[in-house]
Amino acid sequence: MGWFTTFTRSSIGKKFIMALTGSLLMIFLIIHFIGNMMLYFGPKAFDTYVDTLETIKPLIRVIEVLLALIFIFHIYNGLKLWYENKKANPKKYAVNGSRENTDIYSRTMAITGVTIFVFLIIHLSTFWATFNFGVHPNTEYPYYTIVTHWFQNPFYSLIYIIGMIVLGYHLNHAFESAFQTFGWNHKRYTPLIKKIGTIYALILAIGFASIPIYFFLMGGK
Amino acid sequence: MNGNHIHLTLNIWRQETPSSKGNFEEYKQNVSPDASILEILDEINNHLEAEGKRPIAFESDCREGICGTCGLVINGHPHGPLPKTATCQLHMRNFNDGETLYIEPFRAAAFPVIKDLIVDRSGFDKIQQAGGYVSFNTGSAPDANNILIPKQIADLALDAAECIGCGACVAACKNSSAMLFVAAKVSQFALLPQGQSERYERVQAMVKVMDENLFGSCTNTYACEAECPKGISVSNIARMNREYIVAQLKTEELAH
Repeated sequence: MGWFTTFTRSSIGKKFIMALTGSLLMIFLIIHFIGNMMLYFGPKAFDTYVDTLETIKPLIRVIEVLLALIFIFHIYNGLKLWYENKKANPKKYAVNGSRENTDIYSRTMAITGVTIFVFLIIHLSTFWATFNFGVHPNTEYPYYTIVTHWFQNPFYSLIYIIGMIVLGYHLNHAFESAFQTFGWNHKRYTPLIKKIGTIYALILAIGFASIPIYFFLMGGK
Repeated sequence: MNGNHIHLTLNIWRQETPSSKGNFEEYKQNVSPDASILEILDEINNHLEAEGKRPIAFESDCREGICGTCGLVINGHPHGPLPKTATCQLHMRNFNDGETLYIEPFRAAAFPVIKDLIVDRSGFDKIQQAGGYVSFNTGSAPDANNILIPKQIADLALDAAECIGCGACVAACKNSSAMLFVAAKVSQFALLPQGQSERYERVQAMVKVMDENLFGSCTNTYACEAECPKGISVSNIARMNREYIVAQLKTEELAH
């Protein structure tokens, strides 16, 4: 085996892949977030933004393929680690002490991860699919209309809100954990990293979740 | 002496052989608040032996918190609920009258139960043998303070060297990961000039053996740091990750 294979198959290597792919996804989420915020500037602003993306469609497609690969790596590697770690710790204690010595965010990474994956499938099969293949060209501001349409369904909006709360939990640990895995731990700046991670997770979760709430309550008007 | 005794219900894990199923057995005991948990086990064993029954098997050596031999999980906490305390230093005054305790062995695929509360921790020995050493020339003893080491670096190395290799980190971890133990051993040598010759081979060799011995990987929950009787910091894990990643870049020809 070459050194690269040895590295990626080692426990630290697998964690490194999780942190690296996770960090790239966290950067993607910031860009996605900024795009979504265009919704608050009205139908015109949002559709102009989407139309701008349409003009660079080939580039967007390349990014989408890369994103899909990163997601697949992150999910596959995460599930593999989860399975291996279950095998390493098959028997539980009579009394569970983990509530007192760990936080809920780090303990639930696998379950929040799987939940986000389910959410991602719902998100892609509805929003992404309609944006790419279900646009009515005759409507004024077609993209904004699509958003309004989907979030009028209370059940669908609720899925989004729950999905974003779970994402917040996942990100709160993810941000700090990535730094630790890369080996960046320092007395001076680790507490700061933890705070930034929590602020990042809160802004993203609340910001994303505010969209279905806004559109459901206001009916997009 | 009887005046201030407290009454405890102890549920203790009994398992005849490595392959047998094992179960909790209940022992009701009046204990002195000054007794350590190991002394209570000694008392119970005296009774059991007097009755002709098999005593509870458990490990202990120094009984002053520095050897790392003892190690029980008490109410879900390796070395009990008191922070930075080894099992042998846990006294009954920390428990209330009428309390129920669950005493179990460390549980991890890498630490199979041999008998009752004794587990096989030879996985740690194998990791140590893979890289937990430094090379030096034999002969006359070198002069003290011959090699200058900054105070802060020496402090960090000694903090890591405090690890007694008890295995509580593995027992506390939901993944049964040995990262805190290995990180302490890697750090202690990587920080010091004496450890430089094997520095990058060491981290790779120790991680390799760690992965081969059924230990899980790190989810950064930090349960290990919370339960470590010596308070070894998880910043050592970050250092080990750093060492390991740098080793990939620096010493391609040394990679296994």
